[in-house]
Amino acid sequence: MAHTDAHSSRLGRLLRGIALTAVVVFFLFPIVWIVMMSFQTNEQILRIPPRLVFEPTLINYKALISGKLVTAAGSLDLPFMRNLGNSVLLSAVSVLVSLVLGVPAAYAFARFRFRLGENIAFTLLSFRFAPPLLVLLPLSLYFQDLGLANTYTGLIWVYQLICLPLILWIVRGYFEDASPDVEHAYRVDGHSWWRAFTRIAIPLAGPGIAAAGLLAFIFAWNNFVFALILASADKQPVTVGALAFVTASGIQYGQIAAAIVLSILPTLALALYAQRWLVEGLSLGAVKG
Amino acid sequence: MSDIAHPVAAVRVHATGPRSARLLPYVLSLPALLVCIGILVPFGTAAWYSLQRYNLAMPFTRGFIGLDTYLDFLSDPDFWNTVQVSAIYTAATVILELLLGLGIALLLRQSTRLNNAISVALLMPLMTAPAIAALMWKLMTNPGFGVLSWLVARGLGVSDFKWASDPRTSMLTVVLVDIWVYTPFMMILLLAGLRSLPTQPFEAARLDGVPGRFVFFRITLPMLMPYIVTATLFRLLDSIQQFDIVYAMTQGGPGDSLMVFQVRAYLEFFQYTNVGRSAALMMILWAITYALSNVFVKQWLKLRERAHGAH
Repeated sequence: MAHTDAHSSRLGRLLRGIALTAVVVFFLFPIVWIVMMSFQTNEQILRIPPRLVFEPTLINYKALISGKLVTAAGSLDLPFMRNLGNSVLLSAVSVLVSLVLGVPAAYAFARFRFRLGENIAFTLLSFRFAPPLLVLLPLSLYFQDLGLANTYTGLIWVYQLICLPLILWIVRGYFEDASPDVEHAYRVDGHSWWRAFTRIAIPLAGPGIAAAGLLAFIFAWNNFVFALILASADKQPVTVGALAFVTASGIQYGQIAAAIVLSILPTLALALYAQRWLVEGLSLGAVKG
Repeated sequence: MSDIAHPVAAVRVHATGPRSARLLPYVLSLPALLVCIGILVPFGTAAWYSLQRYNLAMPFTRGFIGLDTYLDFLSDPDFWNTVQVSAIYTAATVILELLLGLGIALLLRQSTRLNNAISVALLMPLMTAPAIAALMWKLMTNPGFGVLSWLVARGLGVSDFKWASDPRTSMLTVVLVDIWVYTPFMMILLLAGLRSLPTQPFEAARLDGVPGRFVFFRITLPMLMPYIVTATLFRLLDSIQQFDIVYAMTQGGPGDSLMVFQVRAYLEFFQYTNVGRSAALMMILWAITYALSNVFVKQWLKLRERAHGAH
């Protein structure tokens, strides 16, 4: 208990400090260690015992960015930058498509009570929790027939399964929170539905739309199983690419660490930026942060 | 505004205008409807496949066999292994994450600058892709240079601790990765819950000199319960379907020690090309998650209405 007697006693404060330190070390140490590894040569990495102080090197990042690793044994191609580009493309376009499709739908669900709307909203919600492979395995067979297998279009289409429910449910909550009276008055003044939507409703729900977009981006970026099943090497995002990288170049530990750092950097940065909205987003608006 | 039906009633005028206006909500929700169809069609297909003998390698043997695949599962030790492994994984991760997440949320309850900085820092594992998190832990537990292998050998004197490559410790390893990634989820939801509780009961208890343990079990815990239930169901639904961490770490091995539902279904499909069995496995997992998600949605709606009603 934070604010009872234990808090004021010296022993209580000491125990609390120790517990918090242990928590911070457990959750942050893996990231710190991988970042350190990414600035070491393979010889430095393989040193036992591991050292906290070392001379940092940029060779791992250079190799990843140039796409070539030159070693004594020869030169090795590293297609990792392509994976990074795929992640940016897939996540960004998927979120944009989801926003264009999802924000008007969220508005309709919030402002008009109609049966189909509730059914759609709840179908999407219940499939948010269905096993992804249930849908993906039959889709992989369909995609072969439709010619969508291993195309960006096909991937962006299935990424809507990640982004759209998130955007619908979060943005709907924001539209419901905003009073319809202002819109109503604006409509009575003779403005069209569309103008009321774009001039009044969207700006009022603006922060919610931005938050939902950022979260959808993070979820799309972190997704693994969709691309594992539906994309081959040249279309794969970092999550799948990093795994393939480990298998292909098993002992290039420094480059693997650098690839991990580049893969998680964008989502960590976005999360820090959007932390205010994370609680709401992660709980689909059930808990206000 | 405590009732979310109010705004709807107020703008209802819009929906009763000319015909085009009445169609408006349907037009707006059309893309969402298409996505629903995009989900429901493969879902129906999977259900249909699960009733067939269907192996991609032997297309000529394909045919309707009713519930035979499901009935075969009953006497199939591989299937029961999957049930057991999934159950252990889910129970271990959800219980440990709940206890840890609640503990950390209580530690960070007061909104000081340091506490807030820590709670933001703890979000980082949650924002790491689970598949990438598994790779990070794979590097840390590498027998050659992994810092955790070194710590276990040095600190505990256990030299042959092989983490994920030993069937005896593979479960422990993936559970640890899951805890690392998802405990912050429990923590931030419960912390938001704790901080939204009314202060009067705690003030009153303090003035009356009620002991801390009593306050926790009789006031904090009951008031926090809706948040605990929602967060736990969220994690339960995700954890029972875990794929990324297990697949990236060991692809279900060593042996069958980590064959959770989705990994088993994936291998049935891509390694043994047995579409029928894979689909049946997914239908069973779906039935479990569907039952759970019905409980969840009720709970989630209650909490959501409260959160939005507060404004």
